[in-house]
Amino acid sequence: MNEQNDSQALRLPSYERAAGVHPPLASPAYGSTALRAPQQPLVLLPQNLTEVTGPLLGAERVTAADSDLTRQHEGEAIGQRIIVRGRVLDSDGRAVPDTLVEIWQANAGGRYRHAIDQWPSPLDPNFTGVGRAMTDSEGRYEFTTIKPGAYPWKNHDNAWRPAHIHFSLFGRAFTQRLVTQMYFPDDPLFAHDPIFNSVPEPARPRLVSRFDLATTRPEWALTFVFDLVLRGSAATPFEDPQEDA
Amino acid sequence: MTSQSAERLGLTPSQTIGPFLHIGLMWDDAPDVVPNDTTGAIWLRGHLYDGAGAPISDAMVETWQADPEGAFDHPDDPRSTARSHPFRAFGRCATGPDGEWAIHTLKPGSVPASNGATQAPHVDVSVFARGLLDRVVTRLYFDDEAEANASDPVLSTVPEHRRGTLTATRVEDGYRLDIRLQGKDETVFFDL
Ligand SMILES: [Fe+2]
Repeated sequence: MNEQNDSQALRLPSYERAAGVHPPLASPAYGSTALRAPQQPLVLLPQNLTEVTGPLLGAERVTAADSDLTRQHEGEAIGQRIIVRGRVLDSDGRAVPDTLVEIWQANAGGRYRHAIDQWPSPLDPNFTGVGRAMTDSEGRYEFTTIKPGAYPWKNHDNAWRPAHIHFSLFGRAFTQRLVTQMYFPDDPLFAHDPIFNSVPEPARPRLVSRFDLATTRPEWALTFVFDLVLRGSAATPFEDPQEDA
Repeated sequence: MTSQSAERLGLTPSQTIGPFLHIGLMWDDAPDVVPNDTTGAIWLRGHLYDGAGAPISDAMVETWQADPEGAFDHPDDPRSTARSHPFRAFGRCATGPDGEWAIHTLKPGSVPASNGATQAPHVDVSVFARGLLDRVVTRLYFDDEAEANASDPVLSTVPEHRRGTLTATRVEDGYRLDIRLQGKDETVFFDL
């Protein structure tokens, strides 16, 4: 019955809804959620034009230099030089080409170049910790940067965040917008981090990058691979009413 | 629920934007959906509050909207046409010390829905913040569009007593809408 209506009006793509993937907004172990997580039930928003479109921008605000965070100043940044690369895909396995990837991170000592980060770890005058890149036609991106250090925070006694890089992606539609964090393999702080552990357990490994010797650059930099998967097309729903049980 | 599920790639989970978003995401022109000298431009402004009524000063608000004709410059809008004036449709603003955000834009037109209905002029809004493990999504409608709002297919699914949390008030240079993440008059957020 819907088919007839659709063909008379707009034919729009439909994106899957993300069940069991994202952290619950109210995650008590992460103290800042207490006064910030909404408490009323969410209202279902049908995906219409505003939701299936989105900003296709970035190329005009990215230069090649933006993807090498070790060379944004006169001197070289201090720390373990790494390459972070991967692909942006949708859950159907299709590449997301020409999309803006924005990253920001702490320096090798775990300190951000940000006015409110004042913990006693040194700033590196040669490291800002900000990168931008566009994915290529196959959804690939690559950054050269410094492995960020762990840093303390005030969530609980002796709280430390595992080393991570913040990622922001648009995809092609408002539904695909994603802000997340990439972690490094085997971090001993995982077990103690309420932000990492807020993610449903089966999905947590998707936030951990993979060391890759094959693309590690000899005498230069270790490579970590991090693929990101955005919402793909909604599976064709069965019309069988039993499915609604 | 379908045989497709097993073959699909697992989605990347969201994580909080954290308190240091400004170094990574604040472009010089972030709040400018349209250039400064655009005729008819308006400001959409509001404060962002937490459950204790305190302003949130380390958040980011993003907006996405149709142009004044109700169209999107995007391949999935079949009506999309070339524009004579720059219009980015997207705005981004970090909240200030008092929790205020502001976006410089044009008022959107009405937007068709796929079921043949017409949606009142609206702006989709994402809020990111420390303490939000995923973005929250809301909509901004306009209080001088009472007739269109009354027949809007999305607003009509929102409990009547909560619709006001989505309706911006006309002020001299645009519209104002405060966003409350929690508590009395909590803003309506959507499952997208
Ligand atoms: Fe961080």
